[in-house]
Amino acid sequence: MYEKDGNKYFIVDSHMHYWDASPQNWVPGAEQYAKGWIECFHAYQSLGPPETHWTLEHFYKASEEDLMKDVFEDGYVDKAIFQPTYLTEWYASGFNTAEQNGALAAKHPDKFIVNGRWDPRDGDAGIKQLEEDVARYGHKGVKMYTAEWREGSRGWTLKDPEAYRFLEKSQELGIKNIHVHKGPTIWPLDKDAFDVSDVDHAATDFPELNFIVEHVGLPRIEDFCFMATQEPNVYAGLSVVIGGLMYARPKFFAKVMGELLFWVGEDKMTFGSDYSIWEPKWQIEGFVDWDYPSDEFSDYPRVTVDTKKKILGLNAAKLYGIEVPEEFQIADASAPAAQDDAVLVDDGVRV
Amino acid sequence: MTERAQILAALASVRDPELDAPVTDLGFVSSCVVSAAGDVQVRLRLPTYFCAPNFAFLMVADAYDAVSQVAGVRHAEVILDDHFAADAINAGVAARSGFVQAFGELAAGELDELRTDFVRKAVLAGTDRVCRPLLAAGRSTEELAGLTLGDLPPSPDLDRLRSRRAELGLPADDDSALLVDAVTGEAIGAQALPLHLRRARLTRVNLEANGSICGGMLQHRYGTDVHGAITNSELEGVR
Repeated sequence: MYEKDGNKYFIVDSHMHYWDASPQNWVPGAEQYAKGWIECFHAYQSLGPPETHWTLEHFYKASEEDLMKDVFEDGYVDKAIFQPTYLTEWYASGFNTAEQNGALAAKHPDKFIVNGRWDPRDGDAGIKQLEEDVARYGHKGVKMYTAEWREGSRGWTLKDPEAYRFLEKSQELGIKNIHVHKGPTIWPLDKDAFDVSDVDHAATDFPELNFIVEHVGLPRIEDFCFMATQEPNVYAGLSVVIGGLMYARPKFFAKVMGELLFWVGEDKMTFGSDYSIWEPKWQIEGFVDWDYPSDEFSDYPRVTVDTKKKILGLNAAKLYGIEVPEEFQIADASAPAAQDDAVLVDDGVRV
Repeated sequence: MTERAQILAALASVRDPELDAPVTDLGFVSSCVVSAAGDVQVRLRLPTYFCAPNFAFLMVADAYDAVSQVAGVRHAEVILDDHFAADAINAGVAARSGFVQAFGELAAGELDELRTDFVRKAVLAGTDRVCRPLLAAGRSTEELAGLTLGDLPPSPDLDRLRSRRAELGLPADDDSALLVDAVTGEAIGAQALPLHLRRARLTRVNLEANGSICGGMLQHRYGTDVHGAITNSELEGVR
């Protein structure tokens, strides 16, 4: 929890990782991709305050002690949601898997929610794996990485019939939250690979699932916003928005936040630190202190303490059924912490 | 003899289709060497190893075309560095083989449609750039609906908007409406105007925020200045 000026914020870090990108985990023959990937992430970290930058060596792999200190001890986080990214074509034991995350979560009860993943290219074996994973980790959410390379295939879309089969299975198994990474992707090469229209289709056809678009479709925020404004079950995951813009590009951060508040709304925006690209501490402190810098922004929706309470924790808590003590709730009980038609996790989260 | 400045001027006509800005301003040209005999070698670099290969291909191919057309150029070579698809892109452009041939079955079509989509975004963003000052000066949205391009004071932003509209075959002369649909070219009616302007602003915010992140990434990667641009003197140094 974070307290400032008498206001108490319950913090859910809804998008973070525990990865191993160290060179000994690079797949022989794919070293250039494994190296290129982590160096690209490291470049993103450079957009945060200089005192929070890590050496590349440290950045390859945070230790358990690093993570617990950065996220919970120094970072104010009450509940952290692990989002996996497998990338097994490049990283031998995976980049950031539910197994790695689950092992850490088991050592620190009540701190983490372990999200899963699926890949429609896995077919029947993938369905079986999903059933086992849900039984083991109690997944309430999955992270889709539609750009993941595999055996010559360079990705897939949520519109694929095979993906629909997995969405149906997810729903049947009690998964409510589909986090979709919309960021760098390389297939199909001749189309706009950042296209969010596949989310639009799936969100319409699966109204009982919530779709959280991580990184708000950057670099296609406008396409994401036009889509999200029409789909009640589409959310804006703010990972990269706060970390990548708030410090480095404050004016653009204000504009992007203003646009998201206008098109998507404060009830459908969720904070994610994207650890260990960035540590949560400076992001939370900075965001609680943040307001539009000048009158130039006067026709964007206002930002209040309640807005920040929702974005930093209450919205994600509602999506995941996380119990939030009374002291952190917003004073006006009539104001919903998430859109009325949001589809909520109806039982406690098991880890 | 072909001057290096002529080559750089030609490269300034090459845009990152996604950011709608010249590759020279973005710091993407890392070196430019011209021999006495007219052989030109240009090297390009991008903010990340995984920048979208389709846009990368367009920039390398456009740079090749721009340089080749400069008078006195005997042979042009454009090389993209430090990119996961650099080999395929460089070989494809050098062989003038087109995108589909360069990428085989991973690409089902050429990039014209993609480019068109992004010029439309540039038109929307450019619309905000010319309308924002008018609104700030107290003009109402209803008034904007009645304006033509010729009613506006001359400005680089207006020139740019006209040029992007012309590129798409949309009306761009003095008598054309200031606000048109970026697909059909039809004037935007007063009723649809507020939403149109909202979309225009959002499109511009995205474009500029995206550009600012790219600049930051390029800076981290190559030590360029904060906007990602390199000056001509730095270019000399790289050379």
